[in-house]
Amino acid sequence: MTQKRADAMAVEGPRMASKPGRSSKRQSPWSLEKLPGDPMMWILIVSEIFVFGGALWAFAISEMLHPDIFREARAHLNIPVATLNTLILLTSGFIAAIAVRYANSGNLRMTRLSLLGAGVLGFLFILLKIMEYWQKFEMGVGLETNSFYTLYFLVTGFHLAHVVFGLIILAILAIWPSKDNLETGTAFWHMVDLIWLMIFPVFYLMGVGL
Amino acid sequence: MKYSSQKVALWYFIVALVLFAAQVTFGLLAGYIYVAPNFLSELVPFNIARMIHTNALIVWLICGFFGAAYYLIPEEAEREIHSVKLAYIQLVIWVVGSGGAVISYLFRVHEGREFLEQPLWVKLGIVVAALMFLYNVSMTVLKGRKTTISNVLLLGLWGLAVFFLFAFYNSVNLAIDKMYWWYVVHLWVEGVWELIMVSILGFLLLKLTGVDREVIDKWIYAIAALALFSGVLGTGHHYYWIGTPGYWQWIGSIFSTLEVAPFFAMVVFSFVMVWKGRRDHPNKAAILWALGCATMAFFGAGVWGFLHTLSSVNYLTHGTQVTPAHGHMAFFGAYVSLNLAIITYAMPILLKREPYNQVLNMISFWLMTGGMAFMTFVLTFAGVVQTHLQRVMGEYFMDVQDQLIFFYWMRLGSGVIFVIGALLFIYAMAKPQKELIESGAQEVAPAE
Repeated sequence: MTQKRADAMAVEGPRMASKPGRSSKRQSPWSLEKLPGDPMMWILIVSEIFVFGGALWAFAISEMLHPDIFREARAHLNIPVATLNTLILLTSGFIAAIAVRYANSGNLRMTRLSLLGAGVLGFLFILLKIMEYWQKFEMGVGLETNSFYTLYFLVTGFHLAHVVFGLIILAILAIWPSKDNLETGTAFWHMVDLIWLMIFPVFYLMGVGL
Repeated sequence: MKYSSQKVALWYFIVALVLFAAQVTFGLLAGYIYVAPNFLSELVPFNIARMIHTNALIVWLICGFFGAAYYLIPEEAEREIHSVKLAYIQLVIWVVGSGGAVISYLFRVHEGREFLEQPLWVKLGIVVAALMFLYNVSMTVLKGRKTTISNVLLLGLWGLAVFFLFAFYNSVNLAIDKMYWWYVVHLWVEGVWELIMVSILGFLLLKLTGVDREVIDKWIYAIAALALFSGVLGTGHHYYWIGTPGYWQWIGSIFSTLEVAPFFAMVVFSFVMVWKGRRDHPNKAAILWALGCATMAFFGAGVWGFLHTLSSVNYLTHGTQVTPAHGHMAFFGAYVSLNLAIITYAMPILLKREPYNQVLNMISFWLMTGGMAFMTFVLTFAGVVQTHLQRVMGEYFMDVQDQLIFFYWMRLGSGVIFVIGALLFIYAMAKPQKELIESGAQEVAPAE
């Protein structure tokens, strides 16, 4: 039991100051609790951004060191397909966000349908990406051709692996569409969008006259 | 001590400390051979001294982990260990195996594969002991309460055993041999051992600071996730120059850079818990070791690891004295300090004594940490000079070694300080305490 002194008075400033014995429920600005979904997902998202960010830095530095190789190799990238893929992935992310809205209004059928739509577009992305790789292989270009293609295959390949993993997550969400699951899973899917939005300009568009 | 079977841990800690003494003694010997190369060249040549120094390190650290698990798992699972007898048989196998390895090395019986020199029968003994241990602790956890601490600890210990199995694969192709060779210790220290580290650290902080278990659990999960995320592919920084494809330079550089993150998180974790904690635990030495562990691991494993992890840097520094600078402080910070922290915490309880010889223990902390920090600086300078003379200027290896002699003398000096600290620690643990020493009790600050 807390005892109040007779001369006690309210203290200006943070409310905590006048209640020193109260158990602290104040959230630090670094707390992950207020973010939607599971805090662990946000740790993963930040880690992924660091990894892909590091890879993009590596790409930029390599381009500075070998501008000719990069200019020549970039000319062979399929910009129309990549642009189409960008639109596909963004639309997929949008539909996934709609799924969360439907879930919040209790419409389970439309939630699942939206997740299916997001998943189909994700699958289309994968198909187009494989087609793009196939073109490269037919040109005789591979992972070890030069530093441009090493980074191209590594970074877009890692991203593709995330798209595949994202499809598995979307399937899990369709099976267990709880609010927390949906927020956590779609946060991952948006992260996959976000990373593609960083990859696309740096790998495909930089230095290309439009 | 809440459960009588926790007593098993005492014997594991004693064996661990004996091996620790042997390890640092042979380290000192190897350090002396650096400045007097013909010393004991017939009896204990450098490669044998180094073999014992490195092997004993791993063996005593794992022995300490076994002890830590036998100590904390009953408390976490809220039940006695599944089979105390099995735990003692396991210890006997462990002692025979490690003693046998040291004696075989002294008689030049070894497999010659760097760090995996153990004769086959010792390797098999390690596997048998590990299986007995895993069976024992897993059964204890399965039958009892399951907590984050014991789950993450078990995951780490299972990983330890699984990755050791790669020690048995010895391809005739040197590149493939090396590829799997790195699985053994390096997927430990950069992966599963970090899980062991964070769970033991979590247990200590839970007991020492009185912070809610809920808070500790969240940190443990976050750090374990960061460790595996960065560490598994980060081990790719060992694949730069061993015949593996060039893309490993990118994967290794990027992911291993992120390996700083879990170690930094452990520093934040331990300091925040100690600040937040309202419990005034009398075992101040254990708190010191826990905080020291996180801090030195961050510098040794995190910062000194990053120093030479980028492939373009490692191209020049590979195999120079920069490597032992990192290796020494990383192992000391992350895993030696971790073991000494849990031993400092558990021994007084196991021996039913008050937290004893805190002052001696804390002095030993500063001697060891100071000695190790100095050794790391000295070897870093030596490594930078070596890199420049040997790799940039192209001078011959032995000519460069002659020029580094001053650093090697200083390294020997810091080694002496470290060994004194280690022996003092063991003495502080072994000697019964006559009176409790409390800081600041005699002088009370006057009122304003």
